[in-house]
Order: sequence, then structure tokens, then C-alpha cells
Amino acid sequence: MTEKTFMAGFGGQGVISLGMLWVYCAMKEGLEVTFFPFYGAEKRGGIARASVIVSDREIASPLVTSPDSCIVMNMDSLPICEEVAKQGGVMIINSSLVKNGTMRADVKAIEVACNDIAEKIGDPKIANMVMMGALSKVTGAVTLGKLEAVLKTFFPESKHKFIPLNMAAIEAGRAAV
Amino acid sequence: MADEKRLMKGNEAIAEAAIRAGCKAYFGYPITPQNELTAYMAKNMLDKKRIFIQAESEVAAINMVYGAAATGARTMTSSSSPGMSLKQEGISYACGADLPCVLVNVARSGPGLGGISPGQGDYFQSTRGGGHGDYYHIVLAPKSVQEAADLTYEAFDLADKWRMPAMILADGLIGQMMEGVVLPSARDPASLPKKAWAAGHRAGTSREANHITSCWLVPEELEQNNIKRYRRYDEVKRAEVRFEEVNTEKAELIFVAYGTSSRVCLGAVEMAKKLGIELGLFRPISLWPFPDKRLAELAAKGKKFLTVEMSMGQMVEDVRLAVNGKAEVLFYGRCGGVIPSEEEVLAEARRILGK
Repeated sequence: MTEKTFMAGFGGQGVISLGMLWVYCAMKEGLEVTFFPFYGAEKRGGIARASVIVSDREIASPLVTSPDSCIVMNMDSLPICEEVAKQGGVMIINSSLVKNGTMRADVKAIEVACNDIAEKIGDPKIANMVMMGALSKVTGAVTLGKLEAVLKTFFPESKHKFIPLNMAAIEAGRAAV
Repeated sequence: MADEKRLMKGNEAIAEAAIRAGCKAYFGYPITPQNELTAYMAKNMLDKKRIFIQAESEVAAINMVYGAAATGARTMTSSSSPGMSLKQEGISYACGADLPCVLVNVARSGPGLGGISPGQGDYFQSTRGGGHGDYYHIVLAPKSVQEAADLTYEAFDLADKWRMPAMILADGLIGQMMEGVVLPSARDPASLPKKAWAAGHRAGTSREANHITSCWLVPEELEQNNIKRYRRYDEVKRAEVRFEEVNTEKAELIFVAYGTSSRVCLGAVEMAKKLGIELGLFRPISLWPFPDKRLAELAAKGKKFLTVEMSMGQMVEDVRLAVNGKAEVLFYGRCGGVIPSEEEVLAEARRILGK
């Protein structure tokens, strides 16, 4: 099993955190992982992208050029993902911000209203975690079974009170697909 | 006991491995894409009562390394391409004075200020003695975060063993990406072998002064010194060649690539296999000493080579020297910070093979 994911959104949406947590959990599940982020110099608002690979064997190129799955967090990311998406691949679209869906008829498009779901749970900032729940369910590549423990090391102790909220977002994302 | 697997950036893994290898003094100056390395050292060296200095320039940093190395300390500096150019004078001096130290180049695209994206255009500079005069030093090229940590750790031992600088030639992708890594165990600097040649420590030992210099004004003396050093280089060439091979026996065409581009080629090898095409990969890990003997053996078996680099073609010259006309050596490169895709490298191999 090798799952290559291309993630894109705008800076501040948590695309980089999403990718990092995805590979962190995968590593804890015994998989080989590689995570390569690239983003502009802007503190907020630039486009954030990540090449993310999890596999049960040695990973070749860390650069995802033909992704099995794409994550589209905002409108500007859609054309970028449409350009690279693999024929027959999955594209999970944050339909709260991407209203028009994809023009690519040869990919399996799945819409998840990440921001709306996140807001309903209690914080729009966890839209990325809703997306990760959906990604886990759709690809089956990472179960996220170790996420709670990972979040405890990922966040400083003062932020641990937000972990239940994050876990709820994952569940909601799973339920949405 | 082995450490737990951690998720780390290449730059941070290099820094932590250096600390664990017993690096007692780090001197650096910021530059993208290696900044996390300097930052990690700033955060962690002082707590361990070791030396961290952000120097006023790259030139100052390499000369501080020279000084620390002369006292026998394990020492390191790191930078990225334009910064490494600035350090070359100091590296030449360190090689001329037979001083062990570790140099890390998280290379970016050039020439000039170039860009901050990954590049492999520093191969010539790294493997040919980038400063003035007759010299070489060890150059190791990691392909992953794990190997970046392992080779950095080992580089300190190799530098001490052969009394010469050892360089880690990574690139921006290796430095910036995160992968799982199991770090080598920490060594106590006090447990490392003593260096009888080192300067200082006279008050405790009452021995004669050790004189460390690269300056020899009598031509015959300098010549003898250089000849002696080149004999040592011959021993290094015999003892420290490192490489990895994938499917080279079956392959009709063998990629030769190091670091990031070797990962791309590995992907192409795997994709080709699914199409029933046998490709191979020869990955030099030590760029100096270069694994020329093994390449010559493969050439004698009638293999064709395609060197893939993130440059306009530098290592390809070493491949040609190694096979010495016995095999066809082709080149495919992207540069300017562009990383080739597995698909385009495979397409080039198929074009060559007509398959």
C-alpha cells in the first residue's frame, strides 16, 4: 500500500498541520512516511501545499507528482489540484469554500463542508481535522487510531483541552463521507 | 537501547545527530534552506554546556571551526550553497592543516544567489576541493532524513579517523522534508579518543607545542606534505567508498543518481518494473571517494548508464571517468530548483531504450 496525497489550501487553514499529523499517525501505525511542505514567505494567506506519502514499503520520490488523493481546502487550490490529480484518483473538496466542484470528470470527487461542520462542532479552525477524518475514511491508508496520543505530544500541555474538540472533528469528517 | 522513531525535518535530524556524535562546538550563519539546523543548535547546544556561536559571517564561522578543530574538539558548521562558497577559503586551510571537522551543505539552486529551492549544482565544488590548492575531503550524500542523521554521525568519526573535513552534501528537499528517524545513541564527548596532535592543553601535559598550520614556505617541504596527504587520500579511496545498488544485475539501463534525484530514479525503477522494463539504480553515497571501481565493473557487463541530476550535469563527468569509454553514459537533468518527476525520468529511460 502506498498512498500519495497532495494537499493545498491557504496559509492559516492548517494544511501543513494536517499533513504533519497525517504522517505522524501513519508512522505510529508502522508505516514509512514522508512529508514535504512548500509555502510562500507570507505569514497568512499564501498558498500552502504539501506532498505527503505513507507506505508499507520504502518511499521513492518524496515529491507527489501523481497523487492518489488530493485535498482541496479553498478555491485557489482547486486548479492546482486539478492539474496534478491522477486519473481515477480521489479529490476531497472543502465544499464550504469551493462552491463549483471540479471540472475533472476522471477523478472521484468527494465534497465535505469542512468549515460548516467545524463551526457546528464549535470552532471553524478545526476544518482541517474534519478533512483529515474524511481522508482517513476515504483512503483507508491511515486509521488515525493513535491520533489522541499524537496530539498530546504535538500540542503543548496548555492546549490539551482542545484535544476532544479535534477528535470530534475527525469523527464528524468520517461521518460526512 | 535504540531510540523511538521520531518525525523530524532533515535539518533538525542532522543537528541532533551531530550533538549525539559529540559535536562540542557549532558555528553558523543563517541561510535558507538550512536555517532549522542552526536554530536547533542554538536551542540545544548551550543547555549541554557546549559552544554555539552565530558568527558575523560564513567566513568567520569556518575560521572558528578551524580554531576549534585545532584544539581537538569535534566541531561543525553548516550553510547552503552561496554560504558554502564563502567558506571555501577556510575549508582549503583546514584541509592544508589536516584538521577534522564536519561541514554541512543543504544545497539550493544556483549559480549566484540563485533560488532557495533544492539543487545539486554544488557537486563540483564539493568533490573537487572547492577552494585553492591540491586537496580533497570526504563528501557523503544522504537520500533520506534517516540517512542524513546516520551519515552526519558517521562523518565525525571519519573526519577524526582520516584527519580531514567530512562534508554532508544534502539538498533543500532533504533538509526541509519530514520523515521518520531513529537517532543514533548519544556519545559523551569525554569518551572520544584523544588527539595527540591537537594544539593547547600544554599546561596539563608539559609537552612540546603542537604546531598546526597550512603554511609551508619551502617548496620541497610543502611538496612532501602534499604527497603524504595524497597517500592518505589513496587509503580513503580504498576504505571508505559507499554506494547502494537496486536491480543493477537485471537492468539494461542503470540510473546513476545521488540524494533526492536517486529517490526519483528509484520511483522510475519501480514504475518500469510494472511495465516489464528492467531498470536499475546505482546510488553513490560517498561522492568523494567516488565508487568508480564498481561502476567500471558494471560497465564491463555491457550496461548503459543514465545519470540523473538536479544540475546541468556534474557527477556525470565522474561516471564517464569511471567507465572510461567502456559504456554509454547519458545525462538527464533539471535545474534552477526544479525536481524531476518519476514520470519524466522514466519517459527518458524508455526513450533511450526505445521501449
